[in-house]
Parts: sequence; structure tokens; C-alpha cells
Amino acid sequence: MIKIKELSKRYGKKNVVEKVSLTIEPGTITSFIGPNGAGKSTLLSMVSRLLEADTGEVLLDQQTIKKWKSDEFAKRVSILKQSNFMNVRLTVRELVSFGRYPYSRGRLTEIDEKYVDKAIDYMNLGEMQDQFIDELSGGQKQRAFIAMVIAQDTDYILLDEPLNNLDMKHSVQIMKILRKLVDELGKTVVIVLHDINFASVYSDRIVALKDGKLVKDGPTKDIINSTSLREIYDMHIPVQEQNGCRICVYFNSHA
Amino acid sequence: MKLWMLIILGIILSIVSLFIGAIDISLSDLLNLESDKLQIFLVSRVPRLLAIILAGAGMSIAGLIMQSLSRNKFVSPTTAGTLDAAKLGIMISMLFLSNVTYTQQIIFSFAFALAGTYIFMQILDRIKFKDVIFVPLIGIMYGNILSSITTFFGYEADILQNISSWLMGSFTLIIAGRYELLYLSIPAVILAYLYANKFTVAGMGEDFAKNLGLSYKLVLNIGLVLVAIISTSVVLTVGVIPFLGLIVPNIVSLYMGDNLRKTIPHTMALGVVFLLICDIIGRIIIHPYEIPVNVTVAVIGSAIFLIMLFRGRAYAKK
Repeated sequence: MIKIKELSKRYGKKNVVEKVSLTIEPGTITSFIGPNGAGKSTLLSMVSRLLEADTGEVLLDQQTIKKWKSDEFAKRVSILKQSNFMNVRLTVRELVSFGRYPYSRGRLTEIDEKYVDKAIDYMNLGEMQDQFIDELSGGQKQRAFIAMVIAQDTDYILLDEPLNNLDMKHSVQIMKILRKLVDELGKTVVIVLHDINFASVYSDRIVALKDGKLVKDGPTKDIINSTSLREIYDMHIPVQEQNGCRICVYFNSHA
Repeated sequence: MKLWMLIILGIILSIVSLFIGAIDISLSDLLNLESDKLQIFLVSRVPRLLAIILAGAGMSIAGLIMQSLSRNKFVSPTTAGTLDAAKLGIMISMLFLSNVTYTQQIIFSFAFALAGTYIFMQILDRIKFKDVIFVPLIGIMYGNILSSITTFFGYEADILQNISSWLMGSFTLIIAGRYELLYLSIPAVILAYLYANKFTVAGMGEDFAKNLGLSYKLVLNIGLVLVAIISTSVVLTVGVIPFLGLIVPNIVSLYMGDNLRKTIPHTMALGVVFLLICDIIGRIIIHPYEIPVNVTVAVIGSAIFLIMLFRGRAYAKK
């Protein structure tokens, strides 16, 4: 279980994240939503120890993440950041193999190879496993990175805006995969999302941030309603039910 | 290209290299144990060949490490101030220590090469605009600033000729007893191979490396130390060889990708082959005289570099 306690981060005089406390429920998809600059990515970076918090702490299994050995932590929690500056020419298979790095330090055992095969199959990358990732389309590349995280075999998978630059088809594809990871493999997914409707349709819980502060934290159904959304986004957002999904129709809303 | 092809090519070129020079030495001369020619062979030709092999492999690997760690295809010891810093170090040692010893020069040169490269990486860390062309341009400017400091103090102290003469890359003066420092690059290259996976992971960025539990800073520092060791050993024995660390790793990356464990053997082999070709050309063009190797490397290398810039910009950007 990941517990976040009073976590804060300042840049200069600005509190980017201010005393945020919450618990990530295992076996769920939790979405971080909120306006631009709300501190969602910063919070995610602190949870994944890419960024050090100024005050407060993050507990993984009751132990503060600072005390975790970095390779042990890498076997429990993985993070994918938006990697648009990725000019490394690795094949898909090589990339996925690096997911086993915390276990094998780069010398793959037979067991590692099995994990790699499984991850590649799971993401349907078999046919392109020997292609260089810089030759893939955006959606394929994103799938390759997710395959790497699957090979890393962590309980927690954190993703920072994985739908950026993806078209609708590939966005849906990625979200369905994440759903499968939770439902079939029992993973816990934490994801920063811009598109409120993807958050509404695919996540179990939603955490809403605004100006670095936590404003909402609860099951999706409690958050996706006009009253709560006004609090988060300062605008009127009508919510309609469609095939059992709650869809926010904000495109032509007035204040 | 297959590794064995490169190795066979390297062996053929090595044999050619052994039998080219002002004095004709034939195989029978060696078998006859005719003292003069055998002496030349052992004191001059063999050390020269070894020096070319060590410098070619070393500089290519140094370039490969730098490109991986800086995440920029056009960063190399020549385009990041490493060699200029090493030169500055040698000049400082000559300036401040009277009767400077060889060991002292090595230490100064190493320390400056390390610090110089480290400063460049810090600059790189701070600039937001990380264009593939812009970054090496900064590196070249930075190198020129270091170089002008060397020139200024060298001029003031009247040791300029001294510096420029033996820092011009050339294998002409390589004889037994004058190149052994280059052996330092052997352990450096072996370490680079052992660290290959770590360099590849670090080359995917700090966030990526941390995600996999790799101590990024440590790997970065080890990489910089290896680069400084190799650069120092080459600068102090052979002199500055431009472009080698830039183009060789890039050619290998084009056809093999960036998985260092796979590309290090190729990069070494291609570096040796390339440098052997350049040296042989320099030795036959105005035979029995020689053109220094840094000239032939610069001419051939800059042509390849330009082709890479024009045709490969798209590739480097990806």
C-alpha cells in the first residue's frame, strides 16, 4: 500500500504541492486530475522518488520510500514519464528487456526472458519486436514502454499523461490495457490524466488537485458530478449518462 | 556489417601498416634477423601499430560514452571541450611546475579533462534548448575558449611551439618508450564494456534510469572518468585526433542501434579500421614523407560528418 502523508514541494515561492495526504488503494486505477499547474505531475514524481519532497513523506508498505533500496523499490513501483526526448535506438525487445534490469542487472536469465516474452505477447508487439523504437508510431511506442513496465513486474505502475500525443483509437487502446492490467494481473495503476472523460470511464478512484492542494479524493462516481467538478475546474460541467458511463459535456459550457 | 568482417579488415590493414614507411622492410628481412631493419620494425613500426589500435579503439569508445550520457549524437571529446581541457592541463603543468615530470603532466591533464567535461555536462544540464546541433556548437565554443586560454598563456610563457608541435595528432614520433601511456585505455575500455548496460540505461535519461533503480549520478561520473582517462592517454602520446569519437559511434549507431553491450565491439573495431586507413593514406600520399594523421582524419572525418549532418539530421533527432 502507498500512503502519502502531508507531502509538499516548493519551487521558489510557489507551493507546487501543498500538504497532500492520500492513500492509493491497491488493485485500482486512480486518476490524478485537475487544471494545468495543479501539481499532479509533481506529486506523481515525488511518489515515484524521481523528485524529492520538501516536507512530508511517502510510505510504501509502512516504510518511507527514502529507506527503500533503489533496486528493491524498482521491483515494486515503476513510473513512465512522457518521454518525448527519447532519441535512443533500441529495438522493442531490447527496451522491454531493460524492464528486467532491477532483477538481472542486464544479464538476462531464462526466467527474465520468459517475463520479456510474456510482456511482448501481452502488448501484441511480437511482430515488431526487432524494430527500433524510433521507427514506431506514437501509439506503438507507448505500448512498447508499457510492455517494459509489465516486464518490470511491479505492483504499482505510475504513468504521467500516457495519452499525450495519441489519437482517440490509441488512447482507448492504452486505457483498455491499463484496465486489463488491474483486472487481470491485479496491478495498481496511478495515472495523471488531462481528459476528464477518460478518467471518468476508466478509473476506480479520482484524486483532484488544484493549486497544489487536494480538493477531492474518492470513488469516481462521487467526483464526476457537476457540483464537484465546478469546485475543481471553476466551470459549469454538465454530466450525462451514456451506456452506463458518465460523460462530461463541457465543450460549449458557459462559465 | 558483421564484426568478423571489420576484424579481418583490421588485421589486413595492420599488416599493411607494418610494412609501409620510409624504409622498405620485407618479410624476409625480418626472418633473416637482419639487425637494422628488425630493429626499426620493433622500435617504430610495431609500437606505431599498437598506438593506432589503442587510440582508435579508445577515442571511439570515449565518444560513444559521451554520446550516450549526454543523450546527444554529436557530443564527443572534440565537441565538448574534453581534449581542449586536457591540453590546458598540460600547459598549466608546464607553466607552474619547473622541470615538470611526465607523471605530473598526466595527472594535470587527466584532472583538467575530467573537470572540463564535467563542466560541459553541467552546462548541458542547465540549458533548456537541447537541439542536436545547438549542443555540440556550445561544446565547440566552450572548447575554443579553453583553447584560447592555453594559447594566451602559452604565448606569454613562450612555450606555444612546444605545445602545438606535440599536440598535433600524429603517429610519426611514436616509438617504443613513447606510447606506453596508451595502455591505460585498455582497462578503461574493458570497464566501459562492463558498464555497457548501465550506460545504455543512463542514456535513456535520469528519470528512466531512476525508474529501473540505477544510481544515475554514479554511472554518469564513472563514464566521465573513463572518458578523461582515454582522452588524456591519447592527447599525451599521439595528440589531438579530431572527429574520431564523433563519427565512428554514429556510423555504428546507424546500423546497430544504441544498445552499448552490442555496439561497443563494433565501435572499437570500426575506430581501429578508420584510424588505420587514415594513417596509411597519410603515409603513402607524399611518400617517403608523412602527413600527420590529424590532417587526414580531419579531411575524411569532416566530409563524413557533413554527410551525417545533412542526411542524418532526421536520424539524430529521433
